[in-house]
Amino acid sequence: MHEVSIAFNLVESAEAAARQAGATQVKAVHLRLGRLAGVVGDALQFGYDIAAKGTLLEGSRLVIEALPAVIFCDTCKCEVELPDVQMFCCPRCGKPSRQLRQGKEIEIRAIEIEVDAAVEPLKQP
Amino acid sequence: MTTRLLEIRQGVLDKNDQLAAQLRRRFHEAGVLTLNFVSSPGAGKTAFLERTMKAMTDAGIRVAALVGDLQTDNDARRLARSGAPVRQIVTDGMCHLEAEMIEAHLAGFDLCALDFFFVENVGNLVCPSSYDLGEDLRVVLLSVTEGEDKPLKYPPMFNSADVAIITKIDLAEACEFNRTAAHASIQAVRPGMQIFETSAKSGAGVDAFIAFLQAQRSLKTQRVAETRPA
Repeated sequence: MHEVSIAFNLVESAEAAARQAGATQVKAVHLRLGRLAGVVGDALQFGYDIAAKGTLLEGSRLVIEALPAVIFCDTCKCEVELPDVQMFCCPRCGKPSRQLRQGKEIEIRAIEIEVDAAVEPLKQP
Repeated sequence: MTTRLLEIRQGVLDKNDQLAAQLRRRFHEAGVLTLNFVSSPGAGKTAFLERTMKAMTDAGIRVAALVGDLQTDNDARRLARSGAPVRQIVTDGMCHLEAEMIEAHLAGFDLCALDFFFVENVGNLVCPSSYDLGEDLRVVLLSVTEGEDKPLKYPPMFNSADVAIITKIDLAEACEFNRTAAHASIQAVRPGMQIFETSAKSGAGVDAFIAFLQAQRSLKTQRVAETRPA
């Protein structure tokens, strides 16, 4: 159960990015979570609310995009999605593959922030 | 007030990964091969390491270990019987080791005076899989008493490992261990992974594992020499 510890890391990173952008509040965090990240989405949601307390993220939503495991198949010469993670073989040709191309991500993709319009930086022409 | 979507694309464990990369450089510069041993609780990590480290120390191979546990320094005391330098990390309830803990406990080890550095992770087949510790090789242990399909139940850990060790092979017959099924499960989640069958009791497989480590270290020393500017 390291999801609570991951949630604290997540909140810390998101809050730092939000502050840097001059945000007054974070409305949502969009996270990409790989199938092989070793992190349970529900447990992370639970930890998120605890970690967000007293930060710019308090009351925000955590939106998790679950990513399947993807391997590269040398025989088919392409990336293929694994239907399950009990068998690291190409689902098309059956050849085993050690080349994991996606599935370990625990990545903040974006945050939805509230910014004070008055202090929002001017757009460059 | 306006709402904006800010793209950031940042790994949540970036801080750990960056620190792990620094540790990896430190280990490389010192010429030490570092291994991260992971398994479920009770798989026999400590018994296996105790036997292996004793054999290595007796053969004049310079090895040291850092041991992670939720509580107690019992394991460090067991490993220290090998004569090698050993330190304990008590995580006080934390279920895994992080790069920061490794860094904090490196003081006191003379890395340049070592050939191998072992990190015994907390017994847990889930959480440690997410944390890079700067190791060269991640070694996953599976005992014959655990069930041959364990790799299928914990694919993130087994897929992230480089080498597998089957422990307590002396008990294989008593618990009707199906060797073929265990090897097949490991190969299913990590095709091509090298497997050692060992017994800390009889010493079976220990020499083969040490020979493998020596070969890995030579390969690394060669790679480091090749990449060093002339």
